[in-house]
Amino acid sequence: MTSAIPAKTTTASPTEPGPKLDAGKGNGNGRGRKPRIQYSDRARAERRLGWILAGPAFVVMLAVTLYPILQAVYDSLFQFRLTAPDERAFIGFENYAVILTDPVWWIALRTTVFITVVTVVVELVLGFALALVMHKALKSIRGPLRTAILVPYGIITVVSAFAWFYAFDINSGYVNNWFSWVPGIDENLNWFAQGGTALFVIMASEIWKTTPFISLLLLAGLAQVPDELTEAAKVDGATWWEQMRKVIIPNMKAAIMVAVLFRALDAFRIFDNVFIMTNGAYGTEVLSLLAYRQSISRLEIGLGSAVSVLLFLCVLLICFVAIKLFKVDLAGSTGGK
Amino acid sequence: MPISRRTRNAVKSRPKAAVMAGLVIGTMAMSGCGPAEADNSLTWYINPDAGGQAEIAQKCSDESGGRYRIETSLLPNDAASQREQLARRLAAGDTSLDIMSLDPPFVPELAEPGFLAPVPDDVAQATTENVVEGAIAGATWKDELVTVPFWANTQILWYRKSVAEAAGLDMSGPVTWEQIMEAARAEDKTLGVQGAQAESMTVWVNALIESAGGSIIVDPEATAQTVELGLDTEAGVAAADVISTIGKDGLGGPGLPTQDENASLIGFQGDSGSFMVNWPFVFPATAGAVEAGTLDQAVLDDIGWGIYPRMSEDQESAPPLGGINLGVGAESDNPELAYEAIECIVSVENQAEYFVTNGNPPANTEAYEDPRIEESFPMADTIRDSLQLAAPRPQTPFYNEVSTGIQQRWAPPADVDPDTTPETSSDFITSVLRGEQLL
Repeated sequence: MTSAIPAKTTTASPTEPGPKLDAGKGNGNGRGRKPRIQYSDRARAERRLGWILAGPAFVVMLAVTLYPILQAVYDSLFQFRLTAPDERAFIGFENYAVILTDPVWWIALRTTVFITVVTVVVELVLGFALALVMHKALKSIRGPLRTAILVPYGIITVVSAFAWFYAFDINSGYVNNWFSWVPGIDENLNWFAQGGTALFVIMASEIWKTTPFISLLLLAGLAQVPDELTEAAKVDGATWWEQMRKVIIPNMKAAIMVAVLFRALDAFRIFDNVFIMTNGAYGTEVLSLLAYRQSISRLEIGLGSAVSVLLFLCVLLICFVAIKLFKVDLAGSTGGK
Repeated sequence: MPISRRTRNAVKSRPKAAVMAGLVIGTMAMSGCGPAEADNSLTWYINPDAGGQAEIAQKCSDESGGRYRIETSLLPNDAASQREQLARRLAAGDTSLDIMSLDPPFVPELAEPGFLAPVPDDVAQATTENVVEGAIAGATWKDELVTVPFWANTQILWYRKSVAEAAGLDMSGPVTWEQIMEAARAEDKTLGVQGAQAESMTVWVNALIESAGGSIIVDPEATAQTVELGLDTEAGVAAADVISTIGKDGLGGPGLPTQDENASLIGFQGDSGSFMVNWPFVFPATAGAVEAGTLDQAVLDDIGWGIYPRMSEDQESAPPLGGINLGVGAESDNPELAYEAIECIVSVENQAEYFVTNGNPPANTEAYEDPRIEESFPMADTIRDSLQLAAPRPQTPFYNEVSTGIQQRWAPPADVDPDTTPETSSDFITSVLRGEQLL
């Protein structure tokens, strides 16, 4: 058994190919700020291979993501209704002015942020607990246990939304009947008739469905924490809570941050659950639905594109905050380049 | 080194990779186009039903003696999604839209930009004879027939005979909203109305305003900038009064804020059912439930029907109008053939058959003479009379904005205030139409 414990477990594994081997003292997440590196023949060949392997995917990515994004930005500067193609007119940033001065946008933003924060926090706690269970489970039940935990994640969101909707629906639902002993719940409670209860069901469904995703990411993080560290802590007399707080969590910070970032981005773009359960009625309108309503239902391509662009900027902002301020190291923990 | 060996191989086989990539991209591009179609084949985009439209398509194809062959293509479930798909296809110049089953409120939106092929005069003549007035109005835009009425729907008043009797309400003649609200209150039963934030809300609001002698849109042909709404009028306030009373007094039961047509039917079949405004599907659905053993025969026997309730005793009601019209896409390769097929589809015989098998009432009054109809739909006469009184929803190219605006401001019913809702909803819709607000 080696006694050399890596100080940081999140750096790329040294067996990976890439210029780092030759560049030697690269800072791990270098972005070309350092002086030009002379690559060896081997490294150059490997770089070429990298491009051959990743190039087609990169081109497809450009075609299916960059192009639509640019098109949306362009469209958002026009007043353009699909059923009135002749009245298309350039109006500059007027669409953005309409949106940003409209309380509808701000209320939808507030609802979206609320859903994001609550679901991510609850999922993180539950997901961590499930990850610990999976990690510690006896070998014999590990497989079935992981499968059981992952089942909700395998269900299509629309299907799970319908399942939750019908469970809580006042006409066909059984929840009011089963939980009538809980104060506030009786057979006359219409869950989808007001914002508070409707959001509760929407978020519960969201949490039920995506907690497995978080727990899987956290399980990968847990597996990265070397046993030697916890053993050493145990020998030093650390309690379970101290091991958790001082050893395990700090060592899987990268995994936690990646899980939070991915889920936050996902949660911020919530659509299916709201669309199926309330269609945005009674204070459950979220930003994706607002964009959908403008461009798909109203066929107002200009206004809808502007909402989408703003939504995109919000998502970029979340990424920026996570990566710059919280220093999420995407490359390290996902084992990429 | 295994890595560098792999690299060399990869470099050597680059031409092969390029061929592969070309194949993949080519396949992806080609999968967008369907197989080439014969010249005489027509595509009919149908709304989901019990299979009746596919049957008619088959029948007409056979009868044409090979002149055309109609293939059906299924649209999404709800009217709003059907509209979304058709509008996008039409705007993109899709040539496969030979025949489309269209919900009447969306006709102006498609007719205004010229997305629909004009109806030939002889077809217009032949397909509007004996057709109920409301259906023709729903098929017309700017005084011109732009679609062909196929079947026409209307809401009638359904009631439980036992409740009406207990409340001492004479159901042999027309009743008013006031009367049925009073009866439901006295008998401690719930009214079957649609309070969900959905299209059914607009249907209800429109019927109440039209029954009170008003109209949601005063000048249907106006542009988005100049359109004038009739919500903030005496008729609008009267409509808000009915909706708000039903909501605030709990006459619609706890499920009202999320109740659509199906949900109100379930409530109506239950113990607290009393009166309900709803489409004719109610009858086959209830009879089907009895046959399947999930409902007592006594419930079916207890159901009566009449004309949609009035707003005031001395003024006839204007029941909701629905149904399906048939339109032809402007870019269709074969508009003449499509209209020839449409003439066959909407024949009196087919309309009667469609009613008997699928429960969708004919737009042509002559079809009601079919003896089979009386047998399976004892309320056929009431439906026909109701269709003659029915008023379409606002005919405007901006129907979606108007309808969504009403849904957002008039639901839930308990939040409707006759003093403010008509005015605020009117202002809201106007500013959305002027592009000053989001929807």
